[in-house]
Amino acid sequence: MHELALAEAVLDAALETAELEGLSLLTRIEIRLGELQQIGKETFGFVLGEIMPAAEPRLASTRIDVVVEPARFRCRRCEERFCMSQAVGPENVDAAEAIHLIPELAHAFLRCPACCSPDFEVTQGRGVSIHAIEGE
Amino acid sequence: MDPRRAGIERRLHSVKRIVAVTGGKGGIGKSLISSALALVLSERELSTGLLDLDLTGPCDHVFLGFETGLPSEVFGIEPVIHHGIRCMSMAHFVGERPVPLRGEDVSNALVELLAVTRWGELDVLVVDMPPGLGDAMLDALRLLRQAEFLVVATGSRVVLETVRRTLRMLSENGANVLGVLENMQREESVGVEELARCFGVPFLGSLPLDGGLEEAMGDVARLAATPVVAALRRRTGVISGSGFARS
Repeated sequence: MHELALAEAVLDAALETAELEGLSLLTRIEIRLGELQQIGKETFGFVLGEIMPAAEPRLASTRIDVVVEPARFRCRRCEERFCMSQAVGPENVDAAEAIHLIPELAHAFLRCPACCSPDFEVTQGRGVSIHAIEGE
Repeated sequence: MDPRRAGIERRLHSVKRIVAVTGGKGGIGKSLISSALALVLSERELSTGLLDLDLTGPCDHVFLGFETGLPSEVFGIEPVIHHGIRCMSMAHFVGERPVPLRGEDVSNALVELLAVTRWGELDVLVVDMPPGLGDAMLDALRLLRQAEFLVVATGSRVVLETVRRTLRMLSENGANVLGVLENMQREESVGVEELARCFGVPFLGSLPLDGGLEEAMGDVARLAATPVVAALRRRTGVISGSGFARS
């Protein structure tokens, strides 16, 4: 359940932005969950709701949109472009869990489907990011 | 926007001091000194963490003999407690598998690890820095603002050349340097001490080349009894400067 640590980071970053931009109310936060990290959309939304501080007026009526972004890869060795379901691996549950915890471990446990190289670029859908923060 | 930077501040909020063991050059004993320093501080009943930031070549687990295998995931990743030291290493996740990472991936993995590892309250977090002045060093300077750098050197001219660059970089970035510690001393020499003086940072003394170290690796009791760890134990007060405060 390390999603909680990431959810805390999202809220801290959103409140930092509110502080910097002088926003008294955050109306919407859009979060992208990269497919590579395999974080459940419902789980992350639930965790965020649970840790949303009740005493924080700037988050009193914030709409949270969570969008899953498909993972896309480009092999640096053979230029093959592939998606998560085409990648070779992970070979077992522990490998998948390691990628869930640290997405860069894809380079230890996934391979290009065309040439088996671990030298690929994650062009999108890596992990958790904030795509938009709206407020007034 | 990347939210993880905000997460790192939260994760390190209850860590009193961060000592980053660096030197720039590979093979000069950064991992030994990081592991041994964590051990010595833990002996003093200081709450101690050890973070192996050599993501592609971690080896603190070899020195201290802690088991690899996925760490627990409880509201974040929990460090593995070994002889009272809270340890985190890429070896926990990959065992003996290679982790081929390019620069941006090194940075991302490092940031992720810092953002989700729950150290809890620590008196000292010892960070074993990888060789080089690349992504990990730049991220340490960017993200671990409170870090104090312990610079390891040997008397070799090749090493001194690299350590000089490291000290210059730390100086130019306004980093807090605890001092320079000579490792693997074979004979009396003044090269490391002169280098420290040249940069106006403390010379922290010398640790001997320890032929028995290899046999003691992986066994904390035997490691603690080696001459090199004994020498480090004697230098800990000097290394800590104002001292490591206990919770």
